[in-house]
Amino acid sequence: MVASTVAPPVAARPQRSRSRSWLRLIILLAIVAVVLYPLIWMIGTSVKSQQEIVSNIGLLPERFTPGNYTDGWSNFDVSFGRFFLNSAMVSLLTVVGNAVSCLLAAYAFARLRFRLRRLWFAVMIGTLLLPAHVLIVPQYILFRTLGLVGGDWPYLPLLIPQFLATEAFFVFLMVQFMRGIPRELDEAARIDGAGAFGIFRHVILPLSRPALVTTAIFSFIWTWNEFFRQLVFLSELSDYTVPVALTLFIDSTSQSAIGPMFAMAVLSLLPVFVFFVAFQRMLVEGINTSGIKG
Amino acid sequence: MALTTAPDPTRRGTGSVRPPATRRGTGRIRHGEGLAGYIFLSPWLIGLMGITALPMLLSLYLSFTNYDILTPWSEVEWVGLANYERMFTADPSWWHSVRVTLRFALIAVPLKLAAALGVALLLNRAWRGVGLFRGLFYLPSLLGGSVALAIVWVNMFNREGAFNSFLALFGIEGKPWVNDPDWALETLMVLAIWQFGAPMVIFLAGLKQVPTELYEAAAVDGAGKFRQFVSVTLPMLSPVIFFNLVLETINGFQGFTAAFVLSNGTGGPIDSTLMYTLNLYIAGFTDLEMGYASAMAWVFLIAIALITVVFFSTGRFWVHYSDGEDR
Repeated sequence: MVASTVAPPVAARPQRSRSRSWLRLIILLAIVAVVLYPLIWMIGTSVKSQQEIVSNIGLLPERFTPGNYTDGWSNFDVSFGRFFLNSAMVSLLTVVGNAVSCLLAAYAFARLRFRLRRLWFAVMIGTLLLPAHVLIVPQYILFRTLGLVGGDWPYLPLLIPQFLATEAFFVFLMVQFMRGIPRELDEAARIDGAGAFGIFRHVILPLSRPALVTTAIFSFIWTWNEFFRQLVFLSELSDYTVPVALTLFIDSTSQSAIGPMFAMAVLSLLPVFVFFVAFQRMLVEGINTSGIKG
Repeated sequence: MALTTAPDPTRRGTGSVRPPATRRGTGRIRHGEGLAGYIFLSPWLIGLMGITALPMLLSLYLSFTNYDILTPWSEVEWVGLANYERMFTADPSWWHSVRVTLRFALIAVPLKLAAALGVALLLNRAWRGVGLFRGLFYLPSLLGGSVALAIVWVNMFNREGAFNSFLALFGIEGKPWVNDPDWALETLMVLAIWQFGAPMVIFLAGLKQVPTELYEAAAVDGAGKFRQFVSVTLPMLSPVIFFNLVLETINGFQGFTAAFVLSNGTGGPIDSTLMYTLNLYIAGFTDLEMGYASAMAWVFLIAIALITVVFFSTGRFWVHYSDGEDR
């Protein structure tokens, strides 16, 4: 189908197909405008003065006002720099945790034979559908009982699950990937005297890089945007991550903070934008092959 | 590698999932491999037991108590089915949150999927720049769940927001949409539909799998474009439609962030954005009625499980698998 439209087999009606493709382009450009409008408006508003936010309905400011960024950065008792550091730390450690723990589990599911493997695999698939909201109350109680909520290092409740491969989605993704690695490689390594650990270390680990990169990118972006768990587990202002800190602007409800609020919103999306630009192709490939959602 | 050969996604998602291949041999366990298997599996197993299974059991137990985190465990009272009874018979806001969630899912999910399919059909040609469009349309899905974007959305549909400025161009006077109980949820629906990019990419992958010969054969039989769409595209795409439908419905039920931001955590105006998960959060963490919140969580889980079962049992009437396997 794809090929046939590049070189139409029937060249009898070039006129019509050309006007068709123009029509399609126009429709697509209109959709692009709708899709990008909120984002451009967000950036435009972030550099408008308070007065202009109310009066100027245009996308872009008449006068460029970068002051919203400095105001927003220090709008609360704790600077946004701290919130960004907290978010970066949580996100990066989550990446490490997911990559390591999910890879280990995936190798077991995809390549090793052990008792009850099918049962465990079915359970893993079952947890894919389990909403976070169902577990949040008892998890909160458990972590609180262990003294980890608001403890010396308040991020443990956010990170411990990530180091225990609870993000079943990534386990599943890696299992699917590893099934594509030729079994002959395992056999060859086995003949060379490698055991399960050797095969993991010398065959699977190096070949799993694409799956690891996909996992890393998506777990970074998701954790960076994640809100629900961070809202529940973080209670000290200085421990807040960016999404939780952003809600402080809503709490304050002072209309004068719209500019700074938008400025911080723009900054908070910046890392995701950077990842998007750098890995656009991979992100799109990633979802269409595995059903990852944004 | 495996990631880039996009076969039938429904097979991989929630459908019948084949366990890892054991084609070779008869599933004999190699010497020492059983132990290695459990060693590699141990982080996941510990997580399963400690982070998932134990909390689920605890949650089930709590749902029969009046636990509120402040009273010591020794004084926690077993209240039997009182939480469930209250939910179904004495808590209008619970019913309200069920209605809000259903309304959200029933309207936003079909529209989102329709938008995703429509745009996927437009993009299903190879020409220069198609990748750029695909990427741009996917961007909202990537940003969609963030607090930052929810903040932008709320302000866009304010009285002075961009949407009313747009309406003003046509001489239409807008209203403060997000403060109007009749419209607040609709603005959240628009946000959800705006993120059509993720299902769109999955539709695109599905469209690539439809054999060209089918269209040629249909054209020979005199089928027009519309007829081809109904008789070839839709049936061939039905597994992908099914996959997107299940996933988006379950996602739709879990909408939390935008509703939280819009209402500052209250579900307002006048409970119009009281999504089920937001209601659960308020019960557990604002009102500290954790026993009650646990009961709500279990009803939620059972509802989602039931909906999934309904999807899968009705799916066999309209989902066609090209390999002829009727399931």
